[in-house]
Formats: sequence, C-alpha cells, structure tokens
Amino acid sequence: MNGPQDLGGRHGFGPVLPEDEGTRFHAEWEKRVLGVTLAAGALGHWNIDASRHARESLPPATYLSASYYAIWLRALEALLVDAGEVTEEELSSGHADAPGHRQHRRLMADAVEDVLAKGGPANRAGPVPVFSIGDRVRTRNHQPSGHTRLPGYARGGAGVVTAVHGPHVYPDTNAHFEGENPKPLYTVRFAAADLYGDDADPTLTVSIDAWEPYLERA
Amino acid sequence: MHDHAHHENELDEMTARMRALETILVEKGLIDPAAVDEIIETYEHKVGPRNGAAVVARAWTDPDFADWLRSDASAAIASMGFVGRQGEHMVAVFNTPTVHNLVVCTLCSCYPWPVLGLPPAWYKATAYRARAVREPRAVLAEFGVTLHPEVQIQVWDSTAEVRYLVIPERPEGTDALDAEALAALVSRDSMIGCGLARSPEVA
Repeated sequence: MNGPQDLGGRHGFGPVLPEDEGTRFHAEWEKRVLGVTLAAGALGHWNIDASRHARESLPPATYLSASYYAIWLRALEALLVDAGEVTEEELSSGHADAPGHRQHRRLMADAVEDVLAKGGPANRAGPVPVFSIGDRVRTRNHQPSGHTRLPGYARGGAGVVTAVHGPHVYPDTNAHFEGENPKPLYTVRFAAADLYGDDADPTLTVSIDAWEPYLERA
Repeated sequence: MHDHAHHENELDEMTARMRALETILVEKGLIDPAAVDEIIETYEHKVGPRNGAAVVARAWTDPDFADWLRSDASAAIASMGFVGRQGEHMVAVFNTPTVHNLVVCTLCSCYPWPVLGLPPAWYKATAYRARAVREPRAVLAEFGVTLHPEVQIQVWDSTAEVRYLVIPERPEGTDALDAEALAALVSRDSMIGCGLARSPEVA
C-alpha cells in the first residue's frame, strides 16, 4: 500500500539521532509492548505480514508522529479486535468482559526460550525460479491497496539479480490471510541513478529483496 | 489515597494504554505475565550486539569461518548458537577497502535480532528509513563516519525475511589480538554499516 510506512528515498525527515548501544528501551511501557506483542503473536490469530499491515494501516498522521513501540501497541489493539479477542469496550474500560477464545494457545514462561529460538522461517517448497543471478530485471508498476514489500522508490527500476533465495511466503497474500502462496525470492541490485535520476550518488547501489511477481525481464 | 491518585496522574498515556491492554489479556487468560517478563529479559539482557561482535571477530581470525559466512551465513551463525526469531535467513556482507555496506529496512524495522538484539530507536525512525537508501554518505556523517569519495556504497533494504549483517573491516594494528579482544572493537553500529570497527588505541 502507498502508506506512511513506505519511507525510502523521501525528503524532509531531518537528522538521524545516533544512540549508545546500551540503550534498549526508553520507557517501561515499551518493554511491555514488546513482550505482550510477541506473547499475543503465539495465539496464532495473525502472521508477521498481517502484523506489519496492521502497523502501516494506521492513519498516516498517527504513524508518522508516533514512536515505534506506540505504533506496535496501536496495531496490536487493532489485531486483537479484528481477531475477535478484545472489544473496543474492553479497551475503553481496561478490563475483560469475557474470557479469551484461545486460552489453550497461551505462551507460558517456560516455553519462551524455545519459541524465540525456533523463530519462523519463511522459505517453503514452491515454484522453480524463472530468473537467475546476473539477469537484468525491472520492477513492475506494482502498487496494490493492500500489503506489499515492494518499496515505492524501487518501482519501475531496472536492476540485476544478485541472489536467488528460492520460494518464500508471499507477503502480498499472506498479510490478508489469503494463503502463504510461496513465490521465488531474489535480491535485486539497482544503481542509484536508476532509482533517483541523474543527481543520484554515483557510488551508490541499493539492493532489495523482491518476490518474482514484482519483477519482469528487462 | 492521595499518593495513589497522584501517582496515577503521572502515568502517561502510553503507560496507561499498555497497562490496560495487558490487564485485559491477563484477565482473558491469553497471556502469561511471566512469559512477557521472560521475553523482555531475553532481549534486554541476553540477546544483543555482543553476539554479532563474536561472529565478526571469528570471521577476522578464521578464514574458513569467513568463507562459510559468505556461502551460508545462516548455518555459520547458527553454529555459534545464535538462532531464532528475525534471524532465520542470514546474509553476511563484507566491507573491503573499496566497498562499504549499510543495512536498512525502509518499510518497517527488519533487523537481525539473534546477532544484534533489538534495533535501536534511530533504525526504526523515519529519518534513517527515508535517507539511508538515498544519501547514505550524509547519514554516515551524522554518525561521525566519512568514507573516501571513491568507495562504493552498497545499501541493503531488508524488504523480505532475509536479514543482513555487515562484517566491518578489521582495523590495522590488531594482529596480536585474540578473538575476544577483537570483538570489543566491534560496535553495534559497525555491524549495521553506520560505523567502523574501532582501532585498539581508541577502544
């Protein structure tokens, strides 16, 4: 979607503010957002693509003015409401009116280490890749109103395939619970001038990871 | 009572909002507060950029391991015990005297958690996400890093589930150092591409 999350290449966002590597959080509530988001994910109501889509679907003004954990919290509330686990009335009152539906999926403390260590690999069996390393490709003018992982700045650009990762879960359908629909994933490298025009840094290349439906032969 | 009310008034909006949601989910039997604590403990104290620094130091001292990182970073990194969420598909990109690598996620906050921990606030913020893919030299200057004008910059936008780890160049004057001493020279930012490994005299 052409939403507020699609920030690459945009102007006017000001300086980057480096920070000491010992700083992990800026407030206690941020820790709880992280922990509760991951714990609620274990209920299995949504997948990682759906959670990204919930975040990018926040109103643009909200998204662009909120800190990242504030975005996570608002998206988590939306995901839980959409899943039918929490109501708006409960969010307003701060208390549950009814028991949860997926209590049997509750992540317990003694399972956390294994769950985090296991992760969620995205590679799957799927179609044989059409493109090979070294192929010239162009990104399609792909701009669905739903979720996609093709950034706007890379749309319509010509580049070179530098890696073939095999089939991975396709976010454009998975985010909308329309199936994992595995598609071959590639790394595609672009010269900056092919993305930003003649004034681009001549020493710069940008690589994205792109699923086969985003690409055509150049 | 007065103190209680005063304290409640000091809670900011996000604190109150998060507390409400956690309370609801606990009352519903959907989350275990001890599990939430364990997740926080893991990423606050156990999993962080010292993992990645150990990978880099080993790559600097063990050519076979460096080759393994180049050909199958997921397996090479997993062999050191660094596995899990947000590190399932790893790629290591090596800086050289003529190529500098820099990692970003313009669309959200994708980051290699098992080797670097949670992403820093600036990595998730709008400025870095907007600018890293377009004017990385200006961004690097804000980190105090100036590259030679002819150095090629390769930016990696983490748009899928592949996660990138930058292997910075080994500083000069470090031949006598063991892997542990070398790891101390490897900053988090250098493994994102927003810094360089420190020289031993500065470290």
